[in-house]
Amino acid sequence: MTLRLTDVEVGTALPEQVSRVTRADLVRYAGASGDLNVIHWSDRVAREVGLPGVIAHGMLTAGIAVRAVSQWVGDPGAVVDYQVRFSRPVVVPDDDEGAELTVRGRVAAVGDDGRVRVDLTVTSGGDKVLSLARAVVALG
Amino acid sequence: MALDAGLVGRGYPPSAVYEVGREKIAEFARALGDPDPVHLDPAAARAAGHPDVIAPPTFAVVLSLQAADVVVEDPDVGLDYSRVVHGEQRFTHHRPIRAGDRLVATATVDAVRTVAGNDMLTTRVDLATEDGELVCTTRSMLVARGAS
Repeated sequence: MTLRLTDVEVGTALPEQVSRVTRADLVRYAGASGDLNVIHWSDRVAREVGLPGVIAHGMLTAGIAVRAVSQWVGDPGAVVDYQVRFSRPVVVPDDDEGAELTVRGRVAAVGDDGRVRVDLTVTSGGDKVLSLARAVVALG
Repeated sequence: MALDAGLVGRGYPPSAVYEVGREKIAEFARALGDPDPVHLDPAAARAAGHPDVIAPPTFAVVLSLQAADVVVEDPDVGLDYSRVVHGEQRFTHHRPIRAGDRLVATATVDAVRTVAGNDMLTTRVDLATEDGELVCTTRSMLVARGAS
């Protein structure tokens, strides 16, 4: 079921999305995206560049976050604009639990043209990992 | 080293054609844990009004990451890649990317800034079909942290 413009107003909250990211998810994303940067799979190299350990690809975090928008709308094709600013790395420990990622969203603007801006708050362990995450969806 | 503001607007030759495959879209969607059938099942995509399976909103990074290499590797840009982190990313979709698209990526230097010793380079990549239909515009900002 696709969301309609009449279903939303400024302040409408999206359902909260909680997911987990494990080392296996990083390996899968590295292969799928072609981003083979070593800091996403080697603790040794991650520490050499001053990180606490292996971190998630920023675009994996961003891709998981925007899922909350496309599932809320019911149509991933409705996302016409999406921008993120990376503020803090998501450190992914080498265990079965991985890192937790929580996505909250709220409608920030509703345009006459059917375009709706959603501002996302994306946190891991209580820390904001994206300082800006904003999607624009075109609703009928 | 501060980036040269004169680089803004510099364009690079278009990439080879990238043919978007159903399996690649499905692989990318699974890597994001995205269960939406419009990424996986052509029949479900058609029922939703799309000609074929469509890509998740961030799929364009698969193409733009490669296409932006020509900028990062341009000796005139002189970005110290060992100090680079991904600062910002934006996608503007003119329509969803879908299986069967034959896309060409063209990179341009969009902006350069130096703030507190950190160089910031924004690269725009336009993804268009072979026939010239603009499908997606991506902007990636890389930050080269200043030597401390």
